[in-house]
Amino acid sequence: MKYLALVLANLRRKKVRTTLTIGSFAAALFLFCLLIAVRSSLNQGVEVAGADRLIVINRVSLMQPLPISYRDRILRVPGVTAVTFATWFGGVYQDERNFFPQIVIDPGAWRQMYPEFLISDADWGEFMKDRQACLVGADTAKRFGWKIGDRIPIKGTYIPGVWEFNLRGIYRGARPSDDTTQFWFRRDYFEEGAPAYWKGIVGWYIVKVANPDAAPRVVAAIDDSFSNSPWETKTETEKAFAAGFVKQIGNIEFLILTIGAVVFSTLLLVTGNTMAIAVRERTGELAVLKTVGFGDTLVLWLVLGESLILALVGGTLGVLVAKLVAPRISGFMYGAKIFLPLANLLLGVLLALVAGALAGVLPALAAMRLKVVDALRRV
Amino acid sequence: MVKIDGIGNGNSLIRARNLGKTYHRGSEELHVLQGLNLDIEPGDFVAFMGPSGSGKTTLLNLLGGLDVPTTGNIAVAGEEITSLSAHLLTEWRARHVGFVFQMYNLIPVLTAFQNIELPLLLTKLSKTERRRHVDTALSLVGLAGRSQHYPRQLSGGEEQRVAIARAVVTDPTFLLCDEPTGDLDRKNADEIMDLIDRLVHEHGKTVLMVTHDARAADRAHAVLHLDKGTLVEGTGKPA
Repeated sequence: MKYLALVLANLRRKKVRTTLTIGSFAAALFLFCLLIAVRSSLNQGVEVAGADRLIVINRVSLMQPLPISYRDRILRVPGVTAVTFATWFGGVYQDERNFFPQIVIDPGAWRQMYPEFLISDADWGEFMKDRQACLVGADTAKRFGWKIGDRIPIKGTYIPGVWEFNLRGIYRGARPSDDTTQFWFRRDYFEEGAPAYWKGIVGWYIVKVANPDAAPRVVAAIDDSFSNSPWETKTETEKAFAAGFVKQIGNIEFLILTIGAVVFSTLLLVTGNTMAIAVRERTGELAVLKTVGFGDTLVLWLVLGESLILALVGGTLGVLVAKLVAPRISGFMYGAKIFLPLANLLLGVLLALVAGALAGVLPALAAMRLKVVDALRRV
Repeated sequence: MVKIDGIGNGNSLIRARNLGKTYHRGSEELHVLQGLNLDIEPGDFVAFMGPSGSGKTTLLNLLGGLDVPTTGNIAVAGEEITSLSAHLLTEWRARHVGFVFQMYNLIPVLTAFQNIELPLLLTKLSKTERRRHVDTALSLVGLAGRSQHYPRQLSGGEEQRVAIARAVVTDPTFLLCDEPTGDLDRKNADEIMDLIDRLVHEHGKTVLMVTHDARAADRAHAVLHLDKGTLVEGTGKPA
C-alpha cells in the first residue's frame, strides 16, 4: 500500500490519457456485459430447464399441432408421472412491438409441472373460478403497469378476434433467471372462442418423468408409441428443446464470442500502447527509482499496478453501467428478461483485470529490464 | 586521506583495485577506465575532475554499484560489491549510497516530501517514522516549509536541495554527486556547495563528487584528475 501514492501519482500525470484509457475499458466491459446479458437472456430457457421435464412436439414442426388424445397415452408410458399441454396463442397487445408469450394452458397439471413459477393459492383459485381469467409474469405485469382485476384485450393474429381477459394473478420466479414474461389463460376459454379446427388439438405436451436418468428411454417410448401415425411426435428433454429454439435465431454464441474477442483485442492494443508510451516517457524516472534502490521486480509491479488500476476502475465502471442499462433494453428484445447475474459481473471485472495485466506486461517487463546507466545517460 | 597508489593504509571506507571498464562498440573496444586504484577514508570529500569522456561518471557509476567493472574489484566498508548479484547490488545501493545528479532527477508528479520519502519506502520504517526522517532531511537542507511543493514550484537550487535531502534521508555510507552544481547559477551553486560542506564537516559524510567547476572542487579535501581512463594526478588540493 505504501507504493500506492506513487502509482496513483503516475496515473494523474496525464489526466486526459488516463481518462480515455479508463473510458476504453469501461466501453469494452459495457459492451461485453450487454452481450453476456443478451446471451443469458436467450439461454435462459436452457439454463432453467427442468431436468425431469420432456417436451413432445409434432415431428413435422413445432407449428404443427398434436391431438389432445395423446395426453392419456403419454401418461401410460412407464416412467411418466405427469403430463400437461400448452398452445401458442401469438396475439398482440395494443401494438405489435409489445411482444410477450401468450400460452393456452391446461390448468389441471400446470402448477405441478412448473413448481418454479410461484403463485398464491388465492390467485390460483380466482384463476380457476373465471373462464376468462389470465395469469401473467411479474415482468410483463410491470412492463404494462397491469394490476390484478385489470381487463386486458389481446388481438389474435392467426387465431381471429379480440380476446378479453381478466387478470387474476401475477406469478413470480423462484430463481432470478426464471421467465416471468409469460401470459397464461385457460384452455376452455380458448376452445370456446377459437375456430372449430382448433378443438381437440394442442401445441405441445410437457411430460414429467420420475427419474431424469431414464429420460432417454421414456423419450424413445413416447416417440415409438406414435410412429407411423398421422401425427408422429418428436420428444426431447426441455433443455434440448430450449437449446434448439435458441439455435433457430442463429449462432449467438459464436457471434458474441467473435465480438467479444475483437473488442478485447482492440482494448489490449490500445492499453498496451498507452502503457508503452507512459513507460517510454518515464525512462529517466524509472532509472532514478532503480538508482535509489527500487528492485527490478518492484519496478515491474509498479508499472503493472498502473495498468491493473486502469483496468479495475474502467472495468468496474463499464460493468456497473451495463448493470443499470441491461434491464432497460428489454424493449429491444421483445420484452425478454435481460439481467446480469453477479457471477457475470465478477467475470467482467476479472476479464478487465486479465486484459489490464496482458496490456501492461510488456511495458512492465521493459521497465524491469531497463539498465540504469543507459537510462540515466538519456536523462 | 585519499590514495591512488593501490597500497592504501587499511583504513579505507572505499577501496578499488585494478579497476577497468571497457565498452564494446561493434568490433571496437573502448577502454574507459584502466587499472585504477583508489582508497577513500570515512569523512573524505573527494572531487573528480577531467575532460568530457575521461571516465568520471563511469567511475562514479562503478563506485555506486550502478554498473559493474570489466576488471578489478571494489570493496565498501569491507564488503566486496563487484561480486554481488544485480538484486543484492540494488539492495546494497539502497542501504549505502546517496545519489545527487546534475539535473536533480526528481519525480515531477511527487511533492518534495514524497520525493524524499522514496528511498524510505524500501525500508521497514512505519509511516510516522518515515515522516520524521523526511522532516529531518527537509530541515537539514533548509526546506522545511516547502514539503508539499512539487518540483515545478521550486527553483533549481531548491530542487537540488530536495535531491540532496533524498540522498541523505536514509543516512547512507557515502554520497555520490555527479556535477551537483552543473545546472545552477553561481549563487545557488555556492549554496549547494555550502550544504555539501556541512554534510561533510558537521555530519561526517563521505562525499565523492564529479565536477567541471574548479570552485566547487576547491571545497573538496582532495581533487583527483581523470584522463583517458586513468587517475593521473595524486591527492591534494588543486592549485
